This record gives sequence, C-alpha cells and structure tokens, in this order.
Amino acid sequence: MSDFTPSEMMIVSAARALAGIRTVFVGVGLPNIACNLARRTVAPDLELIYESGVYGARPARLPLSIGDPTLVTGAISVMPMADLFGLYLQGGLVEVALLGGAQIDRFGNLNTTVIGDYAAPKVRLPGSGGACEIALNARRIFIIMRLMKRAFVDKLDFYTSPGHLDGGTSRESLNVPGSGPQLVVTDKALFDFDNPEREMQITSLHVGVTLEQVCEEVGWEVRISESVRETAPPSEAELNLVRVELDPQGMYR
Amino acid sequence: MREAIAEYITDGLSVAIEGFTAFICFAAGHEIIRQGWCNLTLIRMTPDLVYDQMIAAGVARKLVFSYLGNPGVGSLHCVRRAVEKGIPAPLEIEEYSHYGMVARYSAGAMKLPFFPLRSYSGSGLPGANSRIKTVQSPYEDGETIAVVPPINPDVAIIHAQRADMLGNTQLWGLLGIQKEAAFAAKRVIVVAEQIVDESVIQADPNRTLIPGLIVDAVVHEPYGAHPSYVQGYYDRDNRFYLDWDQISRDQAGVEAWLEEWVMGVPDRAHYVAKLETETLERIKPGMATAAPVNYGDYR
Repeated sequence: MSDFTPSEMMIVSAARALAGIRTVFVGVGLPNIACNLARRTVAPDLELIYESGVYGARPARLPLSIGDPTLVTGAISVMPMADLFGLYLQGGLVEVALLGGAQIDRFGNLNTTVIGDYAAPKVRLPGSGGACEIALNARRIFIIMRLMKRAFVDKLDFYTSPGHLDGGTSRESLNVPGSGPQLVVTDKALFDFDNPEREMQITSLHVGVTLEQVCEEVGWEVRISESVRETAPPSEAELNLVRVELDPQGMYR
Repeated sequence: MREAIAEYITDGLSVAIEGFTAFICFAAGHEIIRQGWCNLTLIRMTPDLVYDQMIAAGVARKLVFSYLGNPGVGSLHCVRRAVEKGIPAPLEIEEYSHYGMVARYSAGAMKLPFFPLRSYSGSGLPGANSRIKTVQSPYEDGETIAVVPPINPDVAIIHAQRADMLGNTQLWGLLGIQKEAAFAAKRVIVVAEQIVDESVIQADPNRTLIPGLIVDAVVHEPYGAHPSYVQGYYDRDNRFYLDWDQISRDQAGVEAWLEEWVMGVPDRAHYVAKLETETLERIKPGMATAAPVNYGDYR
C-alpha cells in the first residue's frame, strides 16, 4: 500500500459510495473525479449529470467548471437548463447528487449564501445555484466537504439547501421527493444520518485519524455510531486511476 | 455593436446578457461600459466576470441572479465589494436559485403570471426574497408549491455560433437559458461569430434556437464572447479567469484593467487584435464533427 493524501481518500470514499448507482448530479473538482472513478470501478453504468444541461458527460479532460466545453463533446445529451431541471431533476431521474457548502449543521442543512447577516453580510458567498432544488429533488444527497470547525457549525448563518431540517421527521413534513442527506465524506472521517433524530454521526475514521481529531473539528457534540470502523485505504488500482488517468496533473491531490 | 447598444440600451433599463459559462457576450458588456450607460438592472443566472466588470465600472443599480461566482475559480470580488462595502456604489440584489431563474424566464416568455417549481421548501431564500411565494393547487391533492414571478428583461443579448441577416440564430453546445431569455425579452440583440446565408439556417432547422421574428438587431462579432467560450470555435481562456481573480482584488486594479482593455480600445476588433497570438492559438479547439443528418427532400 502506497501513501495517499486526504483528498485521495475523499475521492475514493465518494466513488465507493456510488456503487451500483445509475445517475449522479455532479459538480467540478473533487466530486467530478470521484464520479469518473466510480464509473471505472464500482458503477460502470453511472451517468454524470451537470446543471449546465448535460446528461451523460464523457469529459476528455478534467473540467475547469460545470460549464466546460469538454462536458458537451461526446455527451449523450445536451439540453436547455429548463429541461435539465424540469424533466431530469424534478422528473425524479437523479438518484444521487453530490453537494457541498461553506457551512453544514448536524442535520446536513447547507449554507452557500452568506457568512453573517443576509442584509449586511460579512462574506457574500455564491448563493444557491441549483443546490436548493437539487437538495429537495434528488433521491439521495451525498455531501463532500473538508472537516473544519468553521464549516461544521452548531448554527448556520443562512439555510440555503435543506437537509434533515430540524431532524426527526421534520423533513418528511415538507412532502418533498428526495430523502435528503445520507452520507458526509470528509478528509478525516465518514458520517451518516442513520438514527431516528437524523443527526450526523461518525461511522468511519480514515487511516491514522483519531476520534478526538474528528470531534475537535465539529462545532457541536457530535454523535458517534455504535460501530465505528476504519475506512479501507485506497487500493493500488483506485490510486492508479486517479493519478494516471483522472487527475494526471495532481490538481486535486 | 456600437449602433446596436446605442439604439437599444438606455439608462435605467433591465438587461440580460445570458449564456451559462459559454456564449457570454463580453463584447456587449464592454460596449455598454464604453457608452457610459448607468442605473441598469443586470439580470443573469451566473453574473460571471462580465457583470463583475460592469458592476465595477458603475453601470448597475441592481442585480438579479442565482449564482455569484468565478466558475471553477472562486469569488466575484467586484460584486462582493459592491454588496459587502458599497464600492463603487451600493448594489441592490434579488436572489433566486437556478431553477427559480429558469422558471422566471419561462413565465416571462410564456406570458404567465407565475411559474410553479419544486424548490425553496425549508430554505431561507423565500425569507430573503419576498417575491418567492407559494400557491395551493386547485386540484384534488391541494398541494402547496413554490412559485416565482415572470421576468421580462427590456433587452436580452444572446451570443451564438451563427445567424443570418434576419436574426435566425443557431446555437449548439450549452443551450443554458438563452431561448427563454430571448422570448421573454422586449428587445433582442443577437451577436454571432458568423453571419451565414439563410440557406445555411434552413438546411438545419432543428438547430435554430431563436427565430429572427423576435430579434431586433444582429451583430457580427468574432471572439465576442472571449474570455468565455463558443463551442467548437474557441475554448474558455481559463488563464484570464485565473488572472481576474488577482486583478479584481481591489477597485484600483480593476479600473486600470478597464482603462486598458475596455475604455482604451474602440471596439471588439481592436480588443482581439490586442490579444496575443499565443492566446488565440491556446484557446483553439480540435475538431469533433457530428455525422450529417438527412432531413429528406419532399416535393
């Protein structure tokens, strides 16, 4: 087993979670590499969907943005965004969507709008993009974020994209199609929401990471699953695919 | 371009220069800056660098949008300065999600009073923007659903690969929201990389996104979307998107850039001439053509 970086562990963890999935709504950067790795390993039938209006992208290079022309060339279908959001997303064809944010709370709600007050923000963030409707309509949400205390907060400054809201059955009361966040992939550990409160809990620690190191980076008293495992490190084959084919320049190492 | 902008833009109008990452008509944005129009309401799903530049230049009073970012790079520093610090002037914002903006253009184009969509439940966005509301379905299930109001820009500016002299416009690649934006707008300016004969358009009618019927002006402007891209014609000049992240860190840097690249050139042709040959070579894509299709000859 060779050495690997925390980013590579995130990419590999996200890819493994996509096992057997047919459609994934994806962003650029690390999630994009994860989806392409999944296609070549655990999810050969996986089709990549981008909010820019692309279904079944076959990027020949690492896309620089979700609107990169390499996503168009060789794709199965390129359509108006009205069709992408209306027919594919709202039509219920997106099995999993990968999301992230500047802040996340214990119920997987995400903030990508502002730090501080909305009317007089300390930091104006990009905003929703498609994230709000993706969070509600994709059947399942996987969240990919680096574990940091300023990101894993007790209370969001703004609720951009709903997760499990206030926990428990509060999301069900919204009567929305998607079942919300199922998994959080970070550079130190994996979390799920498999408890009646729908609260984020540590399920797996990456190699060499201690429980204390994880708890220290979470802004609330984080739940710990009864059976915390150690994340299986990336295999030689997975690392090879990432380093040689998917990110040869090491942009996301 | 000079005539089209002078004819259709005036102080205080609402303007949508659309195109999602691709086909962003910087040439039009720069001409609006050069002509000194102000108090505009700028509408765009992703303001991108073009509105970052226009806002820094002081042409805008208000911004309607759904995602504020330098795509794949980071922040739009000029928009942030305007929102966070009121530099160079305070900027009113009206914020939606992507599908919310898509729905607004669709309602505007179809002359509907609102457009329903499955979004915003449990989100703070309706609290931040009172124009996002809900209605109850009049049918059996009585479902409550989010709605957004129509948007009808005074002027939409759409960049494309090719158009004929009548404004019949063909576009391939990311179709974004250009069709809906054009149909929703009161005036439409089409900017094309190539002006072609009507017969070229008519030989491939499925590719016509915008009919000349709704187009008010056609502008021939090669490289008019640089530093964004036009599928099959040129790639995004990503180096510029990265450079802009540095240039735009302070207002003085932006003003110096605008002085050199916008105010300092009379038109897009001079801007293109000022780009290094290396840049144009670097952003030139290889070929990837589609198989011809047979529409059939019926007579």
